Amino acid sequence: MARTEKKKDVVLVGFGWTGAIMGIELANEGLEVLALERGHDQDTVPNFQYPNMIDELKYGIRYGMMEKPANTTVTIRRSLDEEALPYRSLGTFLLGTGVGGAGTHWNGLNWRPMQSEYRLKSYVTEKFGAGVMTEDMTIQDYPMSYEELEPHFDRFEKVAGISGTAGNINGKIVEGGNPFEAPRSDEYPMPAMPSTWDGVKFRDAAKAAGYHPFPSPGGIASKDYKNEYNMQMGPCNHCGFCERYGCYNYSKSSPQTAIIDALKRKKNFEYRVNSEVLRVEKSTDGKTVTGVTYFDHKTGEEVFQPADLVILTAFALNNVHLMLVSGIGQPYDPNTNEGVVGRNYAYQITGGYTLFFKDEDFNPFIGTGANGFCIDDFGIDNIDFAKEGFVGGAYWRAGQTNGQPGRSMPLPAGTPSWGAGWKKGIGEWYGHAMSIGAHGSVMSYRGHYLDLDPTYKDRHGRPMLRMTYNWHPNEIRQTQFMKQKMEPVAKSMNPTTMQEGFKKEGAMFDVRPYQTTHNTGGTVTGDDPKTSVLNRYLQSWDCHNLFVMGANTFPQNTQYNPTGMVGGLAYWAAHAIRKDYLPNPRPLV
Amino acid sequence: MKKLIRVLGVLVVLGVIALLAFIFVPVQRTGPATQLAADFKPAKGQGEYVMRAGDCMACHTNEGGKPFAGGRAIQSPMGTIWTTNITPDKETGIGNWSLDDFRAALYDGVTPNGTHLYPAMPYENYRKMSEEDIVALYDYFMHEVEPVSNKVEETKLGFPFNLRFGLRAWNWLAASYAPGFKPNAGEDEQFNRGKYLVEGAAHCAACHSPRNLFMAQDGIDETSKAFLTGGEIDGYTAPDLRGPASGPQKWTTEQTAAYLSTARNAHSTATGEMMLVVRDSLQYMTHEDNMAIAAYLKKIGTGGEQAAAAPAEPVVTETQKMLTEAKPDMPLGPRLYLDNCGGCHFVTGKGAGETFPELDGNSLVTAKSPKGLISVILHGAELPSTADRPMKLRMQGYDQRLSDEEIAALATFLREGWTNKAPAVSAADVKAVRDLAHH
Repeated sequence: MARTEKKKDVVLVGFGWTGAIMGIELANEGLEVLALERGHDQDTVPNFQYPNMIDELKYGIRYGMMEKPANTTVTIRRSLDEEALPYRSLGTFLLGTGVGGAGTHWNGLNWRPMQSEYRLKSYVTEKFGAGVMTEDMTIQDYPMSYEELEPHFDRFEKVAGISGTAGNINGKIVEGGNPFEAPRSDEYPMPAMPSTWDGVKFRDAAKAAGYHPFPSPGGIASKDYKNEYNMQMGPCNHCGFCERYGCYNYSKSSPQTAIIDALKRKKNFEYRVNSEVLRVEKSTDGKTVTGVTYFDHKTGEEVFQPADLVILTAFALNNVHLMLVSGIGQPYDPNTNEGVVGRNYAYQITGGYTLFFKDEDFNPFIGTGANGFCIDDFGIDNIDFAKEGFVGGAYWRAGQTNGQPGRSMPLPAGTPSWGAGWKKGIGEWYGHAMSIGAHGSVMSYRGHYLDLDPTYKDRHGRPMLRMTYNWHPNEIRQTQFMKQKMEPVAKSMNPTTMQEGFKKEGAMFDVRPYQTTHNTGGTVTGDDPKTSVLNRYLQSWDCHNLFVMGANTFPQNTQYNPTGMVGGLAYWAAHAIRKDYLPNPRPLV
Repeated sequence: MKKLIRVLGVLVVLGVIALLAFIFVPVQRTGPATQLAADFKPAKGQGEYVMRAGDCMACHTNEGGKPFAGGRAIQSPMGTIWTTNITPDKETGIGNWSLDDFRAALYDGVTPNGTHLYPAMPYENYRKMSEEDIVALYDYFMHEVEPVSNKVEETKLGFPFNLRFGLRAWNWLAASYAPGFKPNAGEDEQFNRGKYLVEGAAHCAACHSPRNLFMAQDGIDETSKAFLTGGEIDGYTAPDLRGPASGPQKWTTEQTAAYLSTARNAHSTATGEMMLVVRDSLQYMTHEDNMAIAAYLKKIGTGGEQAAAAPAEPVVTETQKMLTEAKPDMPLGPRLYLDNCGGCHFVTGKGAGETFPELDGNSLVTAKSPKGLISVILHGAELPSTADRPMKLRMQGYDQRLSDEEIAALATFLREGWTNKAPAVSAADVKAVRDLAHH
């Protein structure tokens, strides 16, 4: 039996980064706000507390903080001809759950996209001609400019507590920072973290090669910090347990450190955990939404939660799934190239070199998720697409994140993978290896998309989300370009031996090894309702009282980790809702 | 001989009469300290503010109970005292009390029927409250507090403390001074506002002053040498507030005010009872009032000049060197520190900003009674969410991870490390605190 709860002004679906941002921004407007979180409640103490959290087996290997695929997963296929199969065993990406969401178990790498990325299609066409794009490429411009977003990036960085060195303040290039970054209005709120020795070695080699190294920017506190909500962080001790873990030290930026306790003080804010939203409900004329129906895992019943404003603030894939199962917006059809929901799904391409040094001790147990030095010399802005034959770019980084034995014991190729030979290899090489990674963009294509699976249903009887994705030759060319540029830098560091890990022509998407959790697109933002689900304020073209946050709004994936953009867009949308929508609810475009 | 017997007889009769009078003649109740205008009406919110300043809620509300309905057990050296229902319920609360009855409870420690209150109720201090605040507080309890019918357990202390009339004599010692507040004419308004709050409603001396031979607060204002120089509550040390090493003297006035309103500042955090005081009382004080309290405390410091000057260059202590070297053969205490504490409090013992408190020079660490320190190591600590610092910063407990011997070694190290100098802690001390949690 379904029960109906008392109506709220705003219901938020998911209580991670964007849910927390929307929660506090709209609660500050005096609205009655409810956040529904499918997972459990969690906080630094007791959930992440020392030493229980730093258990590699439980959290690093057995994914203790992640949503179990038995509860929620997707089906995956690599082309339209394949039959998609459920992603039953976690590998290539990890979906978090519980209060704080992926914001609790990330590495903390925080970026703003490069300047050309906001108007990528125009930039590519104007500068290199439309011919550099492959025929099936469906990239498009963001409907808002970097200049419009800048104050919101700045705000998110200050709320989240990001450490870094600015490279471009209002157009003035600052020594030591990233000279290629889009101009920022202010410094990072905290100075950059110190780097471990591998990062320093890379910095020196990159500099010698004529590149422009800068400290990696990240949500790892380099000092004690207080943000605009008077929430606090303490300085990081480089324990090396960031990704896949909650931070026990109040040092990694998360909804818990940045927002939640301040939000909990508000009497007009409420959150309910174990409350999994099943669908958004539409009004009879389909022009607005009336609320959401969720499954209350405590009572085992469906609940209708009416609300004037619904904001999807779940993980990217879940937001797209909800739009599809709720029948809001036309689902994308790759055969006709019509429809919008599920269109322009993109992932991330990574590659790198591992370098082994007989005589170097890297002390890999010292690390942070955003450790080390980066270069952006091969970023999107800096590549001649016409000459190189691809569209895209990558940033490089060297900086160990952890020395956990189960996850971080690289061995030279040819070392036995078990037995005495393996033990000998570990004895010889543990602590003597470092890596340089390239973190590359992925364009959107006609054949890469999300829709509802025709066969598999989830535990609530809803069709599962189906992902159709494979590596595209454009990205293979991009990553091979990175390999070619990285090899001489790696060699210049004189390792005893080194080995590469870049995808080659013909590489197929393999969901087994972890790659990244950067899933983007599916409900993209744009100027044209025929090619986007959301307008420039992340408002649904179909139902004006529905807004959708997350990386699912990206028209294509950037070359960076998405959180900075996700946070910036959330503040941008929150601003529009507060200043423009609430006084007069209507389609804002 | 006959005469002697007669004299003795008269003396006995007089003695019996005096005793009967002592027991049965009603106590003279103190009237208002000042006469207010007939049409005096407290400002809106003043009564609630005085309630916060006096922290009435902390004692008169049971864990999970309705506000002010009483029934909370206060552990005293004489036995358990059950707090009363002070909601305006006519049967079980104070709904039938007149303003004079109410004032008498605050000033004289007597109820309308003449029963003496135990001085767990700090009427020694409340006696300093102004008539305006008394009226505002009365008005608040009568009109803004929800009446709750809740018959609380009667306090039954053992002999001789069950003879409440004995408190009459105690009151001659402790609470016979002229009621109301006498500002110090030589000082400014801020000082006197701080003095009024500290000595009166906020009843700081109830914990932070030592007790004299008769268990009364040793001094009720700054003219007494012992006033606020540290006391004991339920076996925990309430630190000195006046000596050169004390918080209010080492810290800036702003830092002390921040500590009072947020339970944290750049040096330290409030734990235990003081955390509750911030949670229930001080966080609701205005910035000006917490600044006044801080300024007053600073002014009444006994350390003189030496308190202020901190070394320009941080001194690298032997402890810091040992922790930095981290030799495998280091003693158990510092090794446990590196394995469990150093991640936040660092080898310097200085912590970080308002997030991780200093352990070097921390009054909890070096307190006379190690009970507070042991309790925090065992069970952790949580800061209250306040308007200025909403984060419930928590330190986790180590009761599952460390044995009594290990905690004793760790606590001893903390009490002797850096510039700290306090006596060692034994495993038996730790066990005693650990056992408390298992009642």
